Amino acid sequence: MDRKVVMRTEGVRKTYVMGKTQVHALRGIDLTVHQGEMLAIVGASGSGKSTLMNIIGCLDYPTAGTYILDDVRVDRMSRNMLANIRNQKIGFVFQGFNLLARTSALENVELPLLYDRSGRKLPVRTMAKEALERVGLADRMDHEPNELSGGQQQRVAIARALVSSPAILLADEPTGNLDSRTSVEVLALFQELHAQGMTVLVVTHEKDVATCAERIIELRDGRIIRDERISHRRSAAHDLQLLPESPVTAEAA
Amino acid sequence: MKSSTLIKVASQSILKNKMRTLLTMLGIVIGVGAVIVMVAIGQGAHSQIQKQINNLGTNLIIITPGASSQGGVSRGAQSYNRLTVKDVEKIKRESLIVSAVSPVVFTRTQIIGGQGNWRATVNGVSTDFPIIRNWDLKYGRFFDQSDVRQMRRVVVLGHTVAEELFPGEDPVGTTVQVRTVPADVIGVLEPKGQTADGTDQDDVILMPYTTVQTRLSGWSRIFQILASTPSSRDIPAAQAEIAAIMRESHGLSQWEDDDFTVRNQNDLAEAAQGTTEIMTLLLAAIASISLLVGGIGIMNIMLVSVTERTREIGIRMAIGARGRDVLTQFLVESIVMSVLGGMIGIGIGFAGSSVLGQVTGWHTVISPTTVMIALGFSAAVGIFFGFYPARKAAALNPIDALRYE
Repeated sequence: MDRKVVMRTEGVRKTYVMGKTQVHALRGIDLTVHQGEMLAIVGASGSGKSTLMNIIGCLDYPTAGTYILDDVRVDRMSRNMLANIRNQKIGFVFQGFNLLARTSALENVELPLLYDRSGRKLPVRTMAKEALERVGLADRMDHEPNELSGGQQQRVAIARALVSSPAILLADEPTGNLDSRTSVEVLALFQELHAQGMTVLVVTHEKDVATCAERIIELRDGRIIRDERISHRRSAAHDLQLLPESPVTAEAA
Repeated sequence: MKSSTLIKVASQSILKNKMRTLLTMLGIVIGVGAVIVMVAIGQGAHSQIQKQINNLGTNLIIITPGASSQGGVSRGAQSYNRLTVKDVEKIKRESLIVSAVSPVVFTRTQIIGGQGNWRATVNGVSTDFPIIRNWDLKYGRFFDQSDVRQMRRVVVLGHTVAEELFPGEDPVGTTVQVRTVPADVIGVLEPKGQTADGTDQDDVILMPYTTVQTRLSGWSRIFQILASTPSSRDIPAAQAEIAAIMRESHGLSQWEDDDFTVRNQNDLAEAAQGTTEIMTLLLAAIASISLLVGGIGIMNIMLVSVTERTREIGIRMAIGARGRDVLTQFLVESIVMSVLGGMIGIGIGFAGSSVLGQVTGWHTVISPTTVMIALGFSAAVGIFFGFYPARKAAALNPIDALRYE
């Protein structure tokens, strides 16, 4: 593949010390992701996928090994520098949406730009509005999370992840709190963003979600046991059309 | 984060919890309010005393006869009056520092004129008297050198006397009878109010001392000499110089004690000032305790707030907030809260001290310095008591914070 490598890990290990016992969460992960790929990381609970996601998301340090993100080695960076990396290169989408309560959708999306320390003068409001338009929520900008449906909240979270044009969109069980129809909508959105060139990593334990990706990584006991391209990729947009009409569909773009 | 954004973010989260914010600020509000009221009372007393002392005149030096002793037995001040006009003239001629000097002779007598008659103190003084006492005229003029030299029967009325004899009129140009002597009214003094002991300073009339000596009292002795210097710094030197001139004038040998006393208004003032300063400090110290309690209230709430908002902190960190950003956010929140509380407290302090002033009749003063110090102090309380919770928030691990339920 001649596309640019967006992230690469070599021999990444993570060991937690709990009292006298050592827990090996990751036992040497070698993973290369190219720009524009859509990956699903799957595995049973305890397989180490959350740990791997935390490391890829620059929230945690590997015990050993190297991690290069967008040509920068990040495994030995200081806390503050990692915060900058998270701000610039990573877009997080969480299972529980993790939006700030009593804060409008627009302000939630603006948040990453407020922590931008590159010194650029950013048109914060305009950028946030554009991101919300991309996820089809232009008409819900002034609503607070408790006035939005689960699917809409997750779209706001995706807009927040997109707003600073990250190198990777990192989604941790993005459909875990959603009903099946909204799940399909959100997955269709991920596929749409992927089609536009975004690199997407989805951590999941659901096979339906994983098959939306083009490449699947399976973890077990801290090791990669499967890394293969998906032959019959699922199209969430197509599935959506097969689902019966509901009022939500008319609302969501 | 830009500081404007920081303040916006802090204000937002403060506004999200209005009731809690209000209760938290209450401590600071009461603390600052109490400090303002207490200091206002203390400074009010202080300025009242200062005003009374300044009322005596600017940089006043008072020379009184006496403090003589015979055979080791003190006969007390004024036992033996040797002050004369010659002393006054000698001081005026020889002193390099003293800028104005006037003899004072008193007598108390009946004054008849206008609406009726009135009993008042007659002060015989020289032309320097208004300068020394810092006393302006309301109407007319003061007497001049030729009035003094020629012992003219002219009189300047104190405000109370003028009001009693000529209510609501300008008496300049009329004639009053001082005991048996008819005198032309040439001026009326501005009101000066009461002294610290309640004496009405305006219940007085002024005449040239020569006139009083020859036509009213018939004594050549004077009771008091008043002098003043251009600046308060010159007072100690002027006192020493006057003492030397007076000793020479009285022909005292070096082993004889002074037969006069030279004092300045600060001697009178210092004791009183010291007392009010201690009182102000004491009141402020007591009030500061409530400010301290208010600060602890802020810390308490901020600690609860950090725990309650652990998830929010996690989200902020995940999307790129550094520890320092979180620290600043919480610190700014507690500062905004305490400064806001401080401002409300200042408002309440103003209201409280004016109500107290009206109810009790006490004089209260709120100086800009007090307000600035109160504001600064409440900001300091915010920083001091906000720092520990803010640091706790900043030290959170983003993964744990995100997982926190």
